[in-house]
Formats: sequence, C-alpha cells, structure tokens
Amino acid sequence: MREKIAIGTAAAAAALLANNLYQMFMVLPDEALQGAIYRILFFHAPAALVGMIGYFVALTFSILYLSSKNFLHDSLAASVVEVSLVFSVVNLVTGSIWARVIWGIWWTWDARLTSALVCVLIFFGYLVMRRAIEEPTQRARLSSALCIFGCVDVVIVYKSIDWFRTQHPGPVLDFRTGGGKMDPAMAHIFWLNFLAILLVAVALVLVRTRQESTAREIDSLRRLAHTAA
Amino acid sequence: MKTIRHALLIARKDLALELRTKESLNAAGAFAIVILVLFSFAFEETEQIKEIGGGLLWLVFAFAGALIFNRSFARELPNDCLDTLLASPLSPASLVTGKALANFVMLLAMELISIVIFGIFFNVNWTRHIGELSLVFALGTWGISILGAVFGALTVNLRLRELMLPIIIYPLLVPLLIAAIELTKLLLSNQSMTPNDFLWTKLLIVFDVVFTALAMLLADTILVN
Repeated sequence: MREKIAIGTAAAAAALLANNLYQMFMVLPDEALQGAIYRILFFHAPAALVGMIGYFVALTFSILYLSSKNFLHDSLAASVVEVSLVFSVVNLVTGSIWARVIWGIWWTWDARLTSALVCVLIFFGYLVMRRAIEEPTQRARLSSALCIFGCVDVVIVYKSIDWFRTQHPGPVLDFRTGGGKMDPAMAHIFWLNFLAILLVAVALVLVRTRQESTAREIDSLRRLAHTAA
Repeated sequence: MKTIRHALLIARKDLALELRTKESLNAAGAFAIVILVLFSFAFEETEQIKEIGGGLLWLVFAFAGALIFNRSFARELPNDCLDTLLASPLSPASLVTGKALANFVMLLAMELISIVIFGIFFNVNWTRHIGELSLVFALGTWGISILGAVFGALTVNLRLRELMLPIIIYPLLVPLLIAAIELTKLLLSNQSMTPNDFLWTKLLIVFDVVFTALAMLLADTILVN
C-alpha cells in the first residue's frame, strides 16, 4: 500500500513538474530587471521552504519517538531530515547560481545564506552521528535528542544572523508582504512548483522510510543470528 | 534544590580529579597557547588585531573547549564509573549540570590564561572593560559548557567520539559565538556598549537559558538507556 502511495505521489509530482516547466519556460515572460535567471526562484525558494518544513516535521517525529518508542517515528524522522537536507543543498546551490549572475559573486556571508548553511551543517552532523551508532535503540534515542537541539538552534541561528548582517533580497511572497511584490501569474506558478517539490519530497520520504525500516529488520535478524551462533 | 546540590557534588569531584591529574587543563592550555602563537604569524600586531581579536579568542576557546568536553564523560568510562553514577540516586539532569559546572570552571581558567597571553603577544590592553568582559566570558562560557556537557554525554559511547563532538557542537554554537565575538570585539576596541549591543547580551542569555533548560529536560533521554 505504502509503495503504491509513493508511486502515486511521484507520478503526480512528475505531471505537475512537467506542466510547471512548460509554463515557466514557454508562457511566462522574462523578468524586467533580472532577465531569464529569475526562473531559478521557482526552485530556489520552494526548496528552502520544503527543507525548513521538513526539519520541523522531523522534530515532531523525534518527539513522537521519545514518547512512544515506536521505531517507525524514528525512521520517519531520519528520512525527513535526509530529504530536507537534499532540498536545503538545492536551495544553496540554486541561490549561489543566481547570486553569481545578479550579484557577480557565488557566495556572501549574508544572514539567510549563513543561516541556511549552518542549518545544513547541523543536520549533516545528525546524519553523520546516526551512521556512527550501530545499536538501533541508542541510535533512535540520541538522534531524537539531537534533532530537538538542532531545531531549537535553527530558530536562534536565524534570528542572530539576521541581526549580524543582511544582503539577501527582502521577502517577495504575498504571505510575507501582503501582496503587490510579485506578478500574480508568477506567484501562481511559484506555488504550483512548491506543491510539485513538496510531492517529490513526500515520495522520497516514503521510499527512504521503507528502506530504513528494511535496514533495521535486516540488522535485527543479523543480531539474532549472531546471538544464536 | 537537590539537583543543584548533586550537581555541585559532581562538579567538585570532577575538579578535584582534574587538579590531581591536570590532563584536560594541560592539553587545552597548551593547545590554546600554540594556536595563539600560530595566530601571531598569521596576523600583524596592528590596530586591526582589536577588530579581529574577539573572533580569534573565541575560536581558541571553542577549539580548546572540545578537548575538555571530550574528557568530561569519557573519564567515567574506565571501571564502569558512568554506570555506577547512573545507578546512584543522582538524577541525570544533576549529572549533566555538574559536568557543565566543572567544564565551566576549567574553560574559564583556560580563557584567563589565553587572554593574558593574547594581551602580551598582541599588545592589547584588555583590562579597561574588565567587568563587562567578565560578564561576556561568563555567559559565553556557560553556553559552551552546557552544550559541551550534553554532547559529551551524547557521544561518550560512540565510535570516533573525538571526531563526532566537534562536528555536532560547532554548528550549534554559531549564535553564541557570533554574540560573544561581537561583544568581545567591542570591548577590546575600547568602545562602550550601545543599546543596540545589548541585543547580543540578550542573545547570550536566551541561548544559555534555552539550552540549559533543554539539557536538563533531555538528560534522562541522553544518558539512560
């Protein structure tokens, strides 16, 4: 059943992405000031949003694991962090490409760039730590604790670096500005692409959760065989 | 109240042990001095050093601190001392807080040595705002110490423990280091604090309070299997 849901979600994401790509490249005009490169926004910002949402979903699953000790919650938390990390990296790379064209530099130590990078480093540490623990219960317990620390820190990091230095463009999306900063046609494709990327993330999480659960089952069988021998 | 009393007992035990063996302090102190000497080759002894001095000092504290934190729980591994401590009436929260207190004292001692040497090597008078500087050092050091104790406990049984601790702890310390660096830079440059700079002090306090609360809340999860 879960496999069918994953395939269905991936198929819906693919169809939506195909439509969005057509709209982006064939229907929407170039932006008046930035030219063609503005289209990277349709991937850059949704990837950031999906990444951020993912970290807080992982926080929820981590808290759920600690209260229920259900390994499915741990698998879900780990999968969500892994997929969110991929989208955070996509966000950094696409942002870097945009910055090279518009600002003339690949990177600057601006508030949002730095907080996004620190976020990637925190959750990269989470994945590295998971690999270093073999015992499943210990791995789930310690990973959940680290995820809680990481998510709380992300909030403080964002605020602190915002005071520190800022160069990143201000918000353009309607829910942050109250409207008027983005053409409605562009905003429409933006949210459709956000949905497509969210569906890709959900499909990937479902696949990774299944792999995590299978890996844990194989591991427990191996341990059982060891004990029997 | 009982937690605080138990935490003080643990801190006293750790500090007594450290005073006898001096293994963490010697290593961290020597490391800090070597780094400061290396910085003297990298940076000229000019006015610019006051601008970057805050950053240099806090990098030294964070790096040398990792040597102290790695030992803080690892020293309980031989003879199953950690299991004995966990089986005792001590709560995990008091154990973590006690370790953090011991880390705090050791790190402050190492910071005192480092700043004296920094003042001599780079010809910087750091005593002009000693009151404010002490407050910044105390707040920053408590934040590093509590996270060091928590993640020392979290990584104590892991493979590659020495490697894992810095990978996890440094990204988490970013907000604290930014605030501490900004304030130290300001005080070393002999400038007075403006209301805007109090934002950094508030950030240090928020960081300390939030992570101390989280550490006490999750100590049981981290230590008790």
